[in-house]
Amino acid sequence: MSNIKSAFAHGKAFISFVTCGDPDLDTTAALARTMAEAGADLIELGIPFSDPTAEGPVIQAANERALRGGVTADRIFEMVRQLRREVSVPLVFMTYANVVYGYGAERFISTCAEIGVDGLILPDVPFEEKEEFAPLCRKYGVELISLIAPTSAGRVEQIARAAEGFVYCVSSLGVTGVRSEITTDIGAMVRLVREANPDIPCAVGFGISTPEQAAEMAAVSDGAIVGSAIVRLVGQYGREAVPYVREYVKRMKDALGEDAPE
Amino acid sequence: MSKGRFGIHGGQYIPETLMNAVIELEDAYNHYKDDPDFNRELTELFNEYAGRPSRLYYARRMTEDLGGAKIYLKREDLNHTGSHKINNVLGQALLAKKMGKTRLIAETGAGQHGVATATAAALLGMSCVVFMGEEDTRRQALNVYRMRLLGAEVIPVTSGTATLKDAVSEAMREWTGRISDTHYCLGSVMGPHPFPTIVRDFQSVISREIKAQLMEREGRLPDAVIACVGGGSNAMGAFYHFIGDKSVRLIGCEAAGRGVDTAETAATIATGRLGIFHGMKSYFCQDRFGQIAPVYSISAGLDYPGIGPEHAWLHDTGRAEYVPVTDTEAVDAFEYLSRTEGIIPAIESAHALAYARKLAPSMEQDQIVVVNVSGRGDKDVAAIARYRGEDLYE
Repeated sequence: MSNIKSAFAHGKAFISFVTCGDPDLDTTAALARTMAEAGADLIELGIPFSDPTAEGPVIQAANERALRGGVTADRIFEMVRQLRREVSVPLVFMTYANVVYGYGAERFISTCAEIGVDGLILPDVPFEEKEEFAPLCRKYGVELISLIAPTSAGRVEQIARAAEGFVYCVSSLGVTGVRSEITTDIGAMVRLVREANPDIPCAVGFGISTPEQAAEMAAVSDGAIVGSAIVRLVGQYGREAVPYVREYVKRMKDALGEDAPE
Repeated sequence: MSKGRFGIHGGQYIPETLMNAVIELEDAYNHYKDDPDFNRELTELFNEYAGRPSRLYYARRMTEDLGGAKIYLKREDLNHTGSHKINNVLGQALLAKKMGKTRLIAETGAGQHGVATATAAALLGMSCVVFMGEEDTRRQALNVYRMRLLGAEVIPVTSGTATLKDAVSEAMREWTGRISDTHYCLGSVMGPHPFPTIVRDFQSVISREIKAQLMEREGRLPDAVIACVGGGSNAMGAFYHFIGDKSVRLIGCEAAGRGVDTAETAATIATGRLGIFHGMKSYFCQDRFGQIAPVYSISAGLDYPGIGPEHAWLHDTGRAEYVPVTDTEAVDAFEYLSRTEGIIPAIESAHALAYARKLAPSMEQDQIVVVNVSGRGDKDVAAIARYRGEDLYE
């Protein structure tokens, strides 16, 4: 079993996201440690990009704060190399195609493998373009995570069959960010994925912020992904955000535990 | 390799949420592009509404003054709404209407594409939202009011550098959130496939007309065609039907801003490198970590860190040449054409005119240069006055 799939081996997975370097890399490392301790089953580390076209205002602002602070891919790699000595949960990078491409795709992906990053999420690389990066990801054993959306009619089967790690189910139209309600029939999306590929876990993200939403999404899938709600806490409390994020992740993880069918 | 490639450039690097939308657009375009009724309707809009064909004007005084090649100006500035942007917009708006869309969204830099989109929306009874960098809403305040007058909502974009690239990003975000009734009317030969092809096809009316008009006037092809390039839609339109005519030099003029050896430039071919952004693989101004550079030009319409993928390919193959033109050279050309020919060009188009001033004197008198005057300069008058130190506000 891949490290990423192991995140789904003990009931519903809670996946948490944080933007690297917001407000600085020491805080990011502390947040990652605390999220793992508080029960996060997988951690997404966002590498900031100047123009994050799939992000809503909260994560856009975090990207800007991080870049203003001078964070670079090289400095993030060093932070993760240290972090890996203390944290065993699967880690995946979430960033944009040009961050990988501009750095040099082979150098970027081989470094991911070397420092213990298990996967890569690139929201601006759809199924049609995945061969840009997939051969290198296979070569170095870094899983390239596929996304499906409510608008993926007719596309889910091909995406699910080729998927690695887990399938990232985008809960609703639009960019990342907190939503008061999610109206998409997530259960139907997940069933389509499972029909095409029974072995691939499905986690739901975009718009989830409350324990109730997380439980509801996880009940019809294999896990919940939370980004903007955590990043908002970091934006609010900055270097003092660690205890707030710990408390939040615990509450979210507990909510999933209650609904776990095991 | 995926669809919509020009050599290695192009492709569809967009969120999964938008994939079916661009597939639907491609299917609709492939259906309508050869449909006689669609083309009859579009031609009628071009001719009766936009005022096509635009004139190919022999610039006698400019030719005599420069003392080299004969200079012809393709007068896209005379189109309704004042620029070449209307060609693409009428095509896309008509296509969107056939697809059952009721709402157009668009990005704009100088405001010309936003005004054209707002105009087409008014004409075809569609609603319209235009995203414009906050910085540009200040630089082009008159166009903001013009769009509102036409019934469009203008949303100032404050993220990033608050210029054209951020307006594109914000329009993409908006489209991701609302697809079923909304068409993203992209304004240049950029973005994910099929946009670079669709926009080029609708703009190619420019080179089709130049070819026929010059054949009638001079009985031959031009020796060079010169156009300004940001994303590159007027240049692509002016080049397209000459690509197969190897004797015709195709010259794209990039905005060098304060110079290609400074950080304040938007000259993508001169200073950028290969990357993936806004849905396409092409050349982009960026740092060594792939962060998109905050580019600069006096021209809001050329102030973009990338270039359309077909231009990137024409550059790779050597079929077209791309040259940088500074703010200073463009402003000089803006004033030069105003005084010499009584034509006030858009500051964007002035970049092409500036290079023509350099090139024409080095050519023979029996040679012919066509410069695409992509837009008119009324919108730029206040900014040029400020550049010259006059305290003039709109």
